[in-house]
Amino acid sequence: MSLRTPLGKVRGLGSAKDGTQHFWVQRVSAVALIPLTIWLVAELVCLTGAGRDEVLDWLGNPIQAILMLLLVVAGFYHLKLGIQVILEDYVHSEGARLATSLMNIFVCFAGGAVSVFAVLKIAFGG
Amino acid sequence: MAHVKRPLSPHLGVYRWTVTMATSILHRASGVALGAGALWLAWWLFAAASGYEAFECVQGFSTSPVGMVLLFGVTLALMFHLLNGIRHLAWDMGHGFEVKTATVSGWTVIVLALVLAIVAWGIGLSMMGAFQ
Repeated sequence: MSLRTPLGKVRGLGSAKDGTQHFWVQRVSAVALIPLTIWLVAELVCLTGAGRDEVLDWLGNPIQAILMLLLVVAGFYHLKLGIQVILEDYVHSEGARLATSLMNIFVCFAGGAVSVFAVLKIAFGG
Repeated sequence: MAHVKRPLSPHLGVYRWTVTMATSILHRASGVALGAGALWLAWWLFAAASGYEAFECVQGFSTSPVGMVLLFGVTLALMFHLLNGIRHLAWDMGHGFEVKTATVSGWTVIVLALVLAIVAWGIGLSMMGAFQ
């Protein structure tokens, strides 16, 4: 039995029942992505026209591999949060919203998993 | 309960477009475009890890006329979302809400995004010897 009052339980949580968590994680990932995207654009511009060997060489460097891992994890998580808000705003039918929200989560985590696997495979000399 | 025709609040369509409205919806649109860009990046990384044939397949698509138009679009979306995201973070901290400031920062973000996307492509294409 909880001694907390009903008002105390919901205060600060809002209609979504998770308070400011979504807002905060969206901002944290946004701040992380500022330097990471600048790094990615600079590296990709330098890799213009590069073949597979050059890409393997590049991601074989531990620093580059770690930065790429941070970028794909922060990026796909930020994407998941952003698309979620768009679906909540624009998809009005409950069934369609549930289906598209699940698809959003699955696609973003799959994209992240594929990217992380690929970077690790290259980094470990695979 | 009779159906009473109550007045509805006017929808977005009745308002004259402002740059602040445009940057607001463009932030979402560019975010969705970057979703496609992120999957493209995942495909590219996975192909590089898989082998020469798979990598050539991605490179072939990315350097085809359609692929290059799409890739320029993703570059533009990335620059815009990055700059406008910094604008949003400034707002989160309570800065830049005055109408004039928001209008000026909106135009700045649009122009700067275009310039940065063109500069990035200029450098990339010149490295491939496109301008020789």
